[in-house]
Amino acid sequence: MIVLNDVSKTFDTPSGPLQAIVSASLEIEKSDIYGIIGFSGAGKSTLLRTINLLEKPDKGTVLLEGDDLTQLPRQQLLKKRMKTAMVFQHFNLLTNRTVFNNVSLPLEISGYPKKQRKERILECLEIVDLLDKVNEYPTKLSGGQKQRVAIARALANNPKVLLCDEPTSAVDPQTKESILYYLKQINEKLGITIVIVTHEMNVVKSICHKVAVMEKGTIVEKFHMNDKSYKPLTNISKILLGESNPVIESEVVYV
Amino acid sequence: MFDNIISVLPEIQIAFGETLYMLVITVGFAVLLGLPLGTILYYSRPGSVIKAPILNALLNGIVNLIRSFPFLILMVAIIPITRLIVGTSIGTTAATVPMVIGAVPYFARFVEQSLLEVNRGIIEAAESMGANHFQIIWKVLFSEARSGIASSITIITVSFLSYSAVAGMVGGGGIGDFAIRYGYYRYQMDVMIFTIVIIIIFVQILQFTGNYFVRKLDKRL
Ligand SMILES: Nc1ncnc2c1ncn2[C@@H]1O[C@H](COP(=O)(O)OP(=O)(O)O)[C@@H](O)[C@H]1O
Ligand SMILES: [Mg+2]
Repeated sequence: MIVLNDVSKTFDTPSGPLQAIVSASLEIEKSDIYGIIGFSGAGKSTLLRTINLLEKPDKGTVLLEGDDLTQLPRQQLLKKRMKTAMVFQHFNLLTNRTVFNNVSLPLEISGYPKKQRKERILECLEIVDLLDKVNEYPTKLSGGQKQRVAIARALANNPKVLLCDEPTSAVDPQTKESILYYLKQINEKLGITIVIVTHEMNVVKSICHKVAVMEKGTIVEKFHMNDKSYKPLTNISKILLGESNPVIESEVVYV
Repeated sequence: MFDNIISVLPEIQIAFGETLYMLVITVGFAVLLGLPLGTILYYSRPGSVIKAPILNALLNGIVNLIRSFPFLILMVAIIPITRLIVGTSIGTTAATVPMVIGAVPYFARFVEQSLLEVNRGIIEAAESMGANHFQIIWKVLFSEARSGIASSITIITVSFLSYSAVAGMVGGGGIGDFAIRYGYYRYQMDVMIFTIVIIIIFVQILQFTGNYFVRKLDKRL
């Protein structure tokens, strides 16, 4: 489904070049819930953003269903992006649009037939149980509700992949569970592949099938969450696979 | 006791009409040309959406250049251009030329500033949906910045009402010019005060209407 091949990305910063990703390779299969975990600044978001080429890698290839996105002309790249929707930590809803019209935006962008838009928007809002908020503006919603609108919006164009950047990091613990629940539902019922970037162990533990651990721009290990024979290399993976004690866990989770 | 005022009422009416004419043309062009200019300024800024440093530096330079002219000097300096465009350098229409030239970069800066206040994350969200540049500008930037832009329109309308008084220098007419002619040159204090009251009421109406739209367009509160 998604193959990152030896991807590197360096940023020019005032204090010199900064290697955000160093030769990262990753394979994500259809209907995976793939976690990318690591500390803040490890390069997780940058890596996620190379998948829809919001960040253009300096080196390496990004294959989406066999097409190398780094080689696609812009027009075709935009088409691909319609099928790889994104969910953000801070929701990024349009403040001057109602919930309904926020979900409408991707449909307007993709040129979805006008007559069928309303039906599609309501379908998506139903998935996240927000039919009662259709005409509200985002300011009136709680964090969890905003994220659910963002998820509905991401689903609008029937994406194949959902790229989630810390989707539960700006909401309270209970809401976290509900967001993860919806993501899981979407994965199971609609078969949508989910890539989820997080610094929270419990997110990976509760929904990810596979996980990659990042440190300083490098993917240091990759494994299946249910692989009993896997020997974890890092503290993060030791905790994820339940080998470490919970005291360290709480330290690592919230660094 | 209102003799002076009553006798000049017809003239005030004409002057007010001239002011409206100058304002409508000035603000109209400012929006028509300043909106795209401000958008390009924003869009091509370093670290913004597209990389076009030369275009950005060039437009920035032009905008700064025009904005550094005091209005009165701008008006005199561009007389040849005014002649070229409207055929004469005297009269109300001629006066609108420097007003438009002054207002476009002024408004463009306001637009740029309003767009800078749009949350980057929202633009990124639109990019992640596969939006092209036109869609990002039209559906996201303008939608999110609309109350800021409405507020900018109000500000330039009020500012250029005041600049339109200077336009009297080139026979532009208008209510400000009228106040100077009667109140200042002819020492008719009552006419002067009456005219100023009209201007004050007009500014209040402009501001009130502007504020109304700004509030109406902003859904963040
Ligand atoms: N646009 C950018 N310009 C310069 N540096 C950046 C940019 N985006 C990210 N970085 C840097 O790259 C590194 C990785 O960032 P990021 O991918 O956001 O990490 P994470 O999501 O794991 O916290 C950080 O050091 C960050 O400061
Ligand atoms: Mg991040």
